[in-house]
Amino acid sequence: MDKRKKTKRPDFRRKCIQLVSALLYNANLSGFASGTIYKGDLKGVCVPGLNCYSCPGAVASCPLGALQNALSAMPNKLPLYIAGFLLLVGLGLGRIVCGFLCPFGLIQELLYKIPGRKLKKGRWSRRLSWLKYAVLAVFVAAIPLWYAYTAGYPLPGFCKYICPAGTLEGGIPLVALGETYRPLIGWLFTWKTALCAAILLLCVFCYRAFCRFLCPLGAIYSFFCRVALVAVRVDEGKCDGCGLCTRKCLMDVEKVGDRECIQCGLCRHTCPRGAIYFGWERNKKHETETTVSDNAAGAGPAASGGVPEQ
Amino acid sequence: MMKKRIVQLLLAAAGLLCLGVGLAQGGYQTTLAKAVRICMECIGIG
Repeated sequence: MDKRKKTKRPDFRRKCIQLVSALLYNANLSGFASGTIYKGDLKGVCVPGLNCYSCPGAVASCPLGALQNALSAMPNKLPLYIAGFLLLVGLGLGRIVCGFLCPFGLIQELLYKIPGRKLKKGRWSRRLSWLKYAVLAVFVAAIPLWYAYTAGYPLPGFCKYICPAGTLEGGIPLVALGETYRPLIGWLFTWKTALCAAILLLCVFCYRAFCRFLCPLGAIYSFFCRVALVAVRVDEGKCDGCGLCTRKCLMDVEKVGDRECIQCGLCRHTCPRGAIYFGWERNKKHETETTVSDNAAGAGPAASGGVPEQ
Repeated sequence: MMKKRIVQLLLAAAGLLCLGVGLAQGGYQTTLAKAVRICMECIGIG
């Protein structure tokens, strides 16, 4: 009997890591009292997850905001600093960042715990999950580049028109804490607040709706799902292809470890054969086993199923 | 598997190179300059 199946709270450790990372990202607690933001040197460094740098608590930068800002500096300067950061984080952790190190992911998961009827995943959600790549292409890349080349000023399209993390962590607290910004509120704040409220409400019924359908940072990290050094992997020798892992998963995964997998590792506890594990690429214990990515090439039983509708 | 290793090595090298050149170009200062000011777009005002 696998020890993991006996765990009463299999997600407890991950929740602790999510909470600690959210606190570390937003360690400037005095900012929430004063209504000001942290201005130290650490702000030149990005955190891996989505966390608005205009949040009063934020002690570092948001990688998406920094990327859009860097794209706005083109063609004079290439966005190499942030590109290098995203490459290294993506290669090292991939979407583990989504599962463990994203405060907005934690907020969505907590909202989903509110009891009530839940939307089941299916073909509709799998199709909708492609939307985040369009958001990445249009709002994160095209709009900042368009404005940089034509108007000559920065416009972070995603931050300005969509980002619910910016509204929730930055906009609402700053407007509530200081009177400076209240006279400046207009249609944009109304739009962003309404969109943020709609997304948060949707998250009560639909697991991690923002991550699955809209988050461009998750889209970036999903490009690394086949090469990430640390990932959830399947021991092909133990896997009997029952498909329980993908059926029970709340994300739109077709295979453990694919582009939609946030690497939360909960499937380790649902697998009756204990075939799923977290591992480095050179894990001696499992060195003869093929990884999920290799399974995806065709042979593995874990690769066989489509998205089973719950 | 070997192909995957090569891709990983290339990505790691590209990542380090980009980060190094980006730092030399002043990428850190650019990020810092933006992040220490309240981003009006981010909070839905600008």
